[in-house]
Amino acid sequence: MVRGLLWILAAVLLGGIVHLSTVLAMPQAAKQDAYSRLAQLTPVNAMVPLAATKAGAEIMPFMDPAFAAAVCRYDLSGGPLKLTAPVSQAYTSVTFYTRRSVAFYAINDRAAGRRMIELDLMTAAQHAQVPEDEEVTAADRLIIESPTTMGLIVLRALAPEPGLMPMARQALAAATCRIQSQ
Amino acid sequence: MRLLFGSCFTLLIAAALGLGATWFTLTRGVAFGALTIGAWKAWPKSGSADIDPYARAMVARTGELPTGMGDGVAFYARTDDAGKAFDGRCTFSIGGMTPTARYWTVTLYTPEGRLVANTIDRHGFTSEEIVRDNDGRFTITVAPLARPGNWLPTGGIEQFVLVWRLYDTAIGVATRTTKEGPMPAIERKGC
Repeated sequence: MVRGLLWILAAVLLGGIVHLSTVLAMPQAAKQDAYSRLAQLTPVNAMVPLAATKAGAEIMPFMDPAFAAAVCRYDLSGGPLKLTAPVSQAYTSVTFYTRRSVAFYAINDRAAGRRMIELDLMTAAQHAQVPEDEEVTAADRLIIESPTTMGLIVLRALAPEPGLMPMARQALAAATCRIQSQ
Repeated sequence: MRLLFGSCFTLLIAAALGLGATWFTLTRGVAFGALTIGAWKAWPKSGSADIDPYARAMVARTGELPTGMGDGVAFYARTDDAGKAFDGRCTFSIGGMTPTARYWTVTLYTPEGRLVANTIDRHGFTSEEIVRDNDGRFTITVAPLARPGNWLPTGGIEQFVLVWRLYDTAIGVATRTTKEGPMPAIERKGC
């Protein structure tokens, strides 16, 4: 009897370990995560507008159809990245995701405070190499540290009503993301 | 013999328990730190580097990109205010107050996060396009068949999810009370 209970206790403990390790391993094991879906549609280190979110043609689940979106799939191994995005008339935001879809930084047009959103994305190692005086003189330079070498930058522009979607898409078309020569 | 049987039994039970618990938590959307206002639930931390392991696993499995914390907050509703699950063959009325935000959008999805095809190409509303009365109030009618005013078609699907996204808002991790963030009431009107 006691022996049977011990076996059950061992099973429950082991089950808990299986549960926790599968949950923790899921981001690495997932084959259909956002990055994998976009890897088939977008080049590396270039801003590409995404097709409009329509029924039956969604690239990712739970996308907001009121927004036009553009994606820059980045790889910082060649150096830091510079992102420039003109602000649309209504609302524009930039969200940075790691390779595993963790939104590590997001900013909207008003917080960026200019007509143009300008950001530098780099790894912690690349940030450490930026000369200090340069960082001071370029005080309005917004530097974002990426926890991973690869990831996604998603630019979103709101179309407050369906007729304004072309305006939102146009604002995104002028956005760029490119590797800076060091 | 008994040892062999015992360890096989243990391993089987462990695998079933562990994988079952993982499947259950990831498909049911178990995540910690939910901000609940009425029928609406949001996970503001899921839009930051502090996202919990369950939400991370869920996001990786579904392939979605969570709304970033500096961008906005997404509230999900799967039931009406009485706690009854949404049924696309019934009529629901949504109205009332929204928390302060520069813009908001409301969108109707299938439980998997897909849009529902319909003839008028209507999947939701934004704060700018919604029709309001003289007091600035609005009512959205979620129904399978056409309704006057703000009609959000369900396409007659069995289950659906409503997502209310607030952009550029102070609502977030620090929000505790319903007073700070009054969300629209959801009432079932009949089937």
